[in-house]
Amino acid sequence: MKVPGAWYLALAAALFCIGAVGLLVRRNVLVMFMCVELMLNAVNLTFVTFARMLDDIGGQTAVFFVLVVAAAEVVVGLGIIVSIFRRRAGATADDISFLKG
Amino acid sequence: MLEAVWLIPALPLTGFLVLLVAGKRLGDPRAGFLATAMMGAAFLTAVIVFFGLMGREGEERVFTQTLFTWINSGSFHVDVAFLVDPLSITMALFVTGVGTLIHLYAVGYMHGDEKFPKFFVYLNLFAFSMLMLVMSNNFLLTFLGWEGVGACSYFLISFWFDRPTAASAGKKAFITNRIGDFGFMVAMFLIFGTVGTLDYVPALAALGNAPEYTASAIGLLLFLGAAGKSAQLPLYVWLPDAMEGPTPVSALIHAATMVTAGVFLMVRINPVLGAAPEVATFIAWVGVLTALFAATIACAQDDIKKVLAYSTISQLGYMFLAVGSGAYAAAIFHMVTHAFFKALLFLGAGSVIHGMHDEQDMKRMGGLRKWMPVTSATFIVGWLAIAGVPPFSGFWSKDDILLNAFDKSPALWAVGLLTALLTAYYMTRQVILVFYGPEKWKTAARPETPAEAHAEPEHEPVAAGAHSDGGSHDPAAAHGAHGDFKPHESPRIMTIPLVILAVLAALGGLLNLPFGGTPLEHWLEPVFGHNLRQVASSGGAKLVLATLAFVTAVLGGMVAATIYRRHRIAEEKVEPRILQRAWLVDELYQKTIAHPGRALSQWLASVFDAKVIDGAVNGVASLVRAGGSRLRVVQSGFVRSYALAVAVGAVAILAFALVRSL
Repeated sequence: MKVPGAWYLALAAALFCIGAVGLLVRRNVLVMFMCVELMLNAVNLTFVTFARMLDDIGGQTAVFFVLVVAAAEVVVGLGIIVSIFRRRAGATADDISFLKG
Repeated sequence: MLEAVWLIPALPLTGFLVLLVAGKRLGDPRAGFLATAMMGAAFLTAVIVFFGLMGREGEERVFTQTLFTWINSGSFHVDVAFLVDPLSITMALFVTGVGTLIHLYAVGYMHGDEKFPKFFVYLNLFAFSMLMLVMSNNFLLTFLGWEGVGACSYFLISFWFDRPTAASAGKKAFITNRIGDFGFMVAMFLIFGTVGTLDYVPALAALGNAPEYTASAIGLLLFLGAAGKSAQLPLYVWLPDAMEGPTPVSALIHAATMVTAGVFLMVRINPVLGAAPEVATFIAWVGVLTALFAATIACAQDDIKKVLAYSTISQLGYMFLAVGSGAYAAAIFHMVTHAFFKALLFLGAGSVIHGMHDEQDMKRMGGLRKWMPVTSATFIVGWLAIAGVPPFSGFWSKDDILLNAFDKSPALWAVGLLTALLTAYYMTRQVILVFYGPEKWKTAARPETPAEAHAEPEHEPVAAGAHSDGGSHDPAAAHGAHGDFKPHESPRIMTIPLVILAVLAALGGLLNLPFGGTPLEHWLEPVFGHNLRQVASSGGAKLVLATLAFVTAVLGGMVAATIYRRHRIAEEKVEPRILQRAWLVDELYQKTIAHPGRALSQWLASVFDAKVIDGAVNGVASLVRAGGSRLRVVQSGFVRSYALAVAVGAVAILAFALVRSL
């Protein structure tokens, strides 16, 4: 049985929404970070889906770029989070507002 | 021979540069002789070029020498080039000729002045600029010379800048000329916009066929420039004040050459005036009214140089009358004879001032005929020439102008004739006050300034014989305490130019004698072509007009003699205060232009600058500050609110894209 492309897209949309809502409602920095990853991968899924549907290698190429950038971003992001944990206990996003104007 | 034309302006330029570098080392009087030699050489070159041009036939007497490209920008192309034609070579001849004589005179007059070399630096720079003005082949190069002579005029009026009056007179001349220069510049823009070139030959040929409104606009704007430079109503006010300069400057720049630049420009653009007949009529009226207006003022002045200054304005008015009447040859004729006799009169006045130890008030002179025989004899020749007594030169040129004016409009002629009456009157008055009558300098109380007396050292005579103290030009300091001084004749270096000019003033009429085939008019004719007015009057009418002019001149002289020699009428009655104060025009300008201008500037400085200019600067700053303090609220520091903003933004963009695609 061949799964229709629309299903993949629906799954990707669902994942994206979960990620977006999670980013907006959760306060834990680590969880927010995971939500960002979720959104990124939702987008990756749409890229791959379209690549298959349209028979175009471009979409899959884009995914590689996203993965690489996401990996780099994870390194930086986790580094920041670790340094925050060093300075204070717990990681609530709303407590970290040094850049308030 | 024509190829030598570049030397004519180059020689005074060389003199200027040499004197600029080595003037102090050359000193007094060698710097003066060098400058004079340069002018003399330029004159000889002009004579050679003149004969070269004579060697050609009528219409072929045009020669252009291009030295180098000055400006080349797109379609705008200007060369440094000289146009040799009968008009420019006539101008060059009399500028260098009269210039040489005045340079020579100045060597004697300026002897002993601290800034002697600098004076000749300016004088040579002036000659260079003036020659560029007349010889250039395009409007822009003429404008360069135009500005050059203006700057030199400013330097030389303010030559004794430690006198406040001289400094302010220089500024007045400069600022008044700016108004005219503005007209000249706008006219150049208009010419380039209309015909796409500033070279005289193609531009004037094209402008001769231009629509009348274009030609009128160009003619009026250039006339504004000419009115500033040539001291016509309403921009004449700087010229009387310019008499603060040394007398040779008054003679060279403010009588013989620079002030005629405006007339030259008008004559040069004769095809434009031909295409705009109403502008020509306007110019004729401005000219003749200036002539009358200035002549009335000259009747009541006491300063020997002021009389001549107003007389110059008046005679320039005649030249513009000629230009407006289409009598371009007559304008040039009068320009040349006027250069002779007015330079003579100014230099004679300088000699009188010199001999009277810096006295300029005619009411404190008198009887100088006995003391200064050469000066008085030559001055009297100048007087007869300007008054219009045949056979002296002024009669022929003035008669030529009046004849053409009559042909254009009898009203113009009538005003011109009235001016001729006044001219004879005020010049006779001057001659009587200075050279005849009682020796008033013996009795008249002189302002005593004992503290400054003997401040001037005595100088060695510059030429053989006579005593000279031309350097002491401060009237108060010079000989104020000498109660019983005697006037003396000037040194030979000053009287020789006077004699030469007197001969020229007497015989200058030969240039264009009406029954001698009018050689000057014939010579200049190729420049004007059909734009030159051809007088239709018969020989009899011409004779009547000439006789009338002569009778008028004699009448004016006799009236003056009745008043000032026989004292039939009290002098005070014919010299009302309003004329002495020049119709209060300076006061009028002060009230209507200077005061509102000052008030406006005050307002701009105290209100506009403080409130609007500073307000704009400060306003921008406080606007940014206020905007920043509002916007900082958005920068909450909460990551999730930023994320929300991003989400909302993304949704908004998507929604917009959707709506657009529907």
